[in-house]
Amino acid sequence: MKVFEEIVQQTKAYYCIDCGICTGSCPVARVNPRFSPRLNVEKSLLQLEGEIVEDRELWSCLTCGTCSYRCPSLVDYQSFVLSSRIEARKAGREGMLTHDGVLKLMMELQTFAFPQTRTGWIPKEVKTSAKGEYLYWVGCLPHFDVIFKDYGTHSLQSAVNALRILNRLGITPVVSPEERCCGHDLLWNGDIESFRKLARYNIGMLKKYGVSKVICSCPEGYRTLKVEYPKLVGDTGVEVIHISQLIAQGIKEGKLFLNPLEQKVTYQDPCRLGRLSGIYDEPREVIRHIPGLQLLEMERNRVDAICCGTTGWVNCTSCSKQIQTDRLKEAISTGAQTIITACPKCKIHFQCALINSDLSIEIKDMLDLIGEVI
Amino acid sequence: MSEYEPRIICFACNWCSYPGADLAGVSRIQYPPNARIIRTMCSARVSPVFVLRAFQQGADGVLVTGCHIGDCHYISGNERAEENMKRTAEILDLLGIGKDRLRLEWVSAGEGGRFAEVMTSFVQQIKKLGKLKLKEI
Repeated sequence: MKVFEEIVQQTKAYYCIDCGICTGSCPVARVNPRFSPRLNVEKSLLQLEGEIVEDRELWSCLTCGTCSYRCPSLVDYQSFVLSSRIEARKAGREGMLTHDGVLKLMMELQTFAFPQTRTGWIPKEVKTSAKGEYLYWVGCLPHFDVIFKDYGTHSLQSAVNALRILNRLGITPVVSPEERCCGHDLLWNGDIESFRKLARYNIGMLKKYGVSKVICSCPEGYRTLKVEYPKLVGDTGVEVIHISQLIAQGIKEGKLFLNPLEQKVTYQDPCRLGRLSGIYDEPREVIRHIPGLQLLEMERNRVDAICCGTTGWVNCTSCSKQIQTDRLKEAISTGAQTIITACPKCKIHFQCALINSDLSIEIKDMLDLIGEVI
Repeated sequence: MSEYEPRIICFACNWCSYPGADLAGVSRIQYPPNARIIRTMCSARVSPVFVLRAFQQGADGVLVTGCHIGDCHYISGNERAEENMKRTAEILDLLGIGKDRLRLEWVSAGEGGRFAEVMTSFVQQIKKLGKLKLKEI
């Protein structure tokens, strides 16, 4: 296969010195001995592409970026997995879908031109506008809210809080009813065709609304809009901002006052926001700014943070549960009562692990926390 | 041009609705032939994915039928189905397909006539809504 030669060239896999730091750092390899990033790179160099494509564990990779970050030879293992998955998909392979595959189907159905009704959740007391400088990117939150009702995660609550906070900051954002799935999960599962369709549509939609800044509250949407879309079409013409950056700035400028809250919390760095986008400080600044709140760090924090155990709604196994419960135990050991996360998926995954264990800790979205104190 | 004939997928449970459809057949009760009936062991087996996939593959409407509440062969399967379909309807609304294209009905094994009635009214409803256009963005 010529393709894999290209993948090796693109990801600089030929630099691999076989040191095994990737596998040693990998949160999946820690609990699943059949999974090894080092071995996969080795296989590509030995031209055993068939084995990589057929391997079911290819879909277990969380693409959290820990291995790429620590690799001394700077092999881009994330891109390696992405390209391998695209090839595997061409060969008719697919990861084991979680939740019966309903999320994947929902993403695929968004590539059809049905007139969506996705702004019905906006309460009357928050202000939105039809045109303006800012657009708030809601992402999958309305869909998650329906599917994960049983988990009690109330994903839409954080979207409502995001709008409330933005209003307090003096921003009246556009919330587009024409927004569609950003395509993050489709892309990472190798469905590049659908991703391209959605990306082109969304970029066209942003141009139509004439916005210059897009505010994301979901780290995956943030990274997709900021990094993946420009890769596809060049300049998208919009500035992509994560909401924590705006809040941190607002606090500095004295636009936002937070009420005191007596609580001990810890912060989970979502992989897409932390390692892959380099936003570590803003969410922490925002959380620390709440008077009376004590932010305790977990042992593995910032670049070393452990991912929430599953990505892209594939291959959620007992290994994922193990990663999640380990992380929850780590959070509990800090003495915190609440884990704060900035990613709706982290919240869902941890909540799921929590329901199935006898651990007790509260999991809260950062925006819900801020929403409580404004 | 002949009148538009919708394509309908009907899920029928093994214990009530499928025999109900059978009874409609052996009693020679007339009803529109638009539906492809798929037998499931229980209406609770019909997950949101079945419904969404049917639409993705070109169905214009999905009818889910099961035992009356309290009559379920598995005691509470149909209650579960009710919950499932309520959620699926919400998803369909979000996606823009519209919850009117999905219907959940209870048909017992003795209600051949009712099966035919339900089917006739559902086909009419879908005819009114028109074809589900699968146009790519």
